[in-house]
Amino acid sequence: MPALRTAVTVVLVVLAVSLQVGLLSYVSVGGVVPDLVLLVVVGVALVHGPRHAAVLGLLAGLVLDLAPPADHTAGRWALSLVIVGYLSGMVRGEARTGAVAAVAAVAASVFVGASVFGLSGLVVGDPGVSVPRVLEVLPMQVLLDVAVAVVVLPVVFKLSRAPQPADRWARA
Amino acid sequence: MTPPTRRDDGSSRRVLMLLVLAAVAVMAVDASGDDSPVDVARSTVGDVIGPVQSGFAAVAGPIDSIAQRFTDAGELRADLEALEAENARLRTELQTAGIVRARGEARDVMALRAQQSGFELVGAEVVAFGPAQSFSRTVTIDAGTVDGVQADMTVLSADGLVGRVVRADRSIATVLLVVDSASVVGGRLDRDLELGLARGDGELSDDARLHLTTLDPTTTPEVGDSVLSWGSNGGIPYVAGVPIGWVESVQTNPRDQTATAVVVPYVDFSALDLVSVVVGAAASSDAAQATGAKDGH
Repeated sequence: MPALRTAVTVVLVVLAVSLQVGLLSYVSVGGVVPDLVLLVVVGVALVHGPRHAAVLGLLAGLVLDLAPPADHTAGRWALSLVIVGYLSGMVRGEARTGAVAAVAAVAASVFVGASVFGLSGLVVGDPGVSVPRVLEVLPMQVLLDVAVAVVVLPVVFKLSRAPQPADRWARA
Repeated sequence: MTPPTRRDDGSSRRVLMLLVLAAVAVMAVDASGDDSPVDVARSTVGDVIGPVQSGFAAVAGPIDSIAQRFTDAGELRADLEALEAENARLRTELQTAGIVRARGEARDVMALRAQQSGFELVGAEVVAFGPAQSFSRTVTIDAGTVDGVQADMTVLSADGLVGRVVRADRSIATVLLVVDSASVVGGRLDRDLELGLARGDGELSDDARLHLTTLDPTTTPEVGDSVLSWGSNGGIPYVAGVPIGWVESVQTNPRDQTATAVVVPYVDFSALDLVSVVVGAAASSDAAQATGAKDGH
C-alpha cells in the first residue's frame, strides 16, 4: 500500500510538472499560469495528511525549481510547497466538511504558497521580486488556481485514494 | 481516517522542520555560487523536461495561433499595418542614419554590414514562457548544446534583440529576456552614438519597457531615437548593432542631472516565436568594429 501510494503520487507530480511548465504556459491569464503542482500537493495533503504531503511538497517543489525556464534560486518552490503541504494537511478535517470549506482551503493554500515563494525571493534577493509585484499577481493566481482546482482536485483524490472504495471527493 | 493524535502531531512537526531546513539548505547552496551542484541538477531536469516542452509546443503552438487569429483579427490587422509602416520607416532609418551615417567611411559601412550578416545564427523556437508568478522573464527555446548554443550567447528575433542565453542544456536553452529586471544591456543611441545602459523593468506583455541611462550625464536622449546594442567584448553576451528599441519618453532628474530614457523594445515579448541565437560572429568584423569604436570615440 505505501509503495502503491508513492508510485501514484510520483506519477501525479511528474504529470503536473510537465503540464505546468509545458502546456499551461499557452493558457496563461495575464501571464499567470495555474499552479498545478501546488494543487496536487494540496490534494494529496487533504487525502493523506500533512507528513506525506510535506515530503511530496519538498520533492515536487525542487523539480519545479529546476525545470526550465525557471531562473530563480532553487529551493523557493520547495520551501513554499513543504509549508503548503503541511498546513493543508493539518486542516484536512475541516476542509472535508463541504465544498465551501474545500474552496476556502485551496484559496488559502494558494495564498500561503505564493506568498512564501514571493517572500523567499525577497529574502534571497532574487531580481524582479517586490511586494507590489507579488500583490499584483496574487489575486489572479488565487482565482485561477481555485477554478482549476475544481477540475484537478477530484482527479487527484480519485487517483490517490484508488485503493479505497469510499470516494466522497470524486463527486464533490 | 482517524484524526491525528498528539504524538502524530509532534513527529509531523519534526518532519516539517527537517523539510523546511532541507529547502533552505538548497536555497543557500544555490545562492552561494555559480558552480553549485544545483546547476548539475538543473541541467538534468532540463534534459528531461526539454523534450516534453518541445512536444507540447508542437501541439499547442498552432492551436494557440489559430485561436488568436479568430479572437482579434481586426486588431491584429490594424497592428500589422502599423507595424509594417513602422518597419519600413525603421529599415530606411537603420540603413541611412545613425551609426552608419555618422561614421561616414566606406570601410566602416562595410565592416558593419559584414558584421550584421557575418553572424553565425542558429534558429530556434520559443517553447515555454516563465509564468508571471515567478517574477523573472525567461523563456525556453528548443535549441541546446547539440546545436552549438552555449551560455551567454545573444538571442535575437526578426524585430531586434531578445535577450541572452543564461543556461544551455542538451536540447533546450533558457533565455533571459532583456525586459527582465536582472537584465542590463549596453545600448548606443543611433543619433549621436552616445552609450548607455538599458535595464529591464520585469513588466509583462506590451507594457514592457527598458530604462536607459546614458554614461555621459550631459547628453540627453531624444524621443524617437533608436537604441542599438553596444556590443560586449567578443560579442559575449551581446553582439553589437542589434536594434533594441526606440525612446518613448525622457525623464530628467534635476537632483543629479541625469536623464533616463524609457525605451520601447522592438520585440513583442509576449508573442515571441522564432528567434535566432548568435553562435559565432566573424572574427575580422569584430576587430573592425572594435577599432571603429575606438577611433570614433
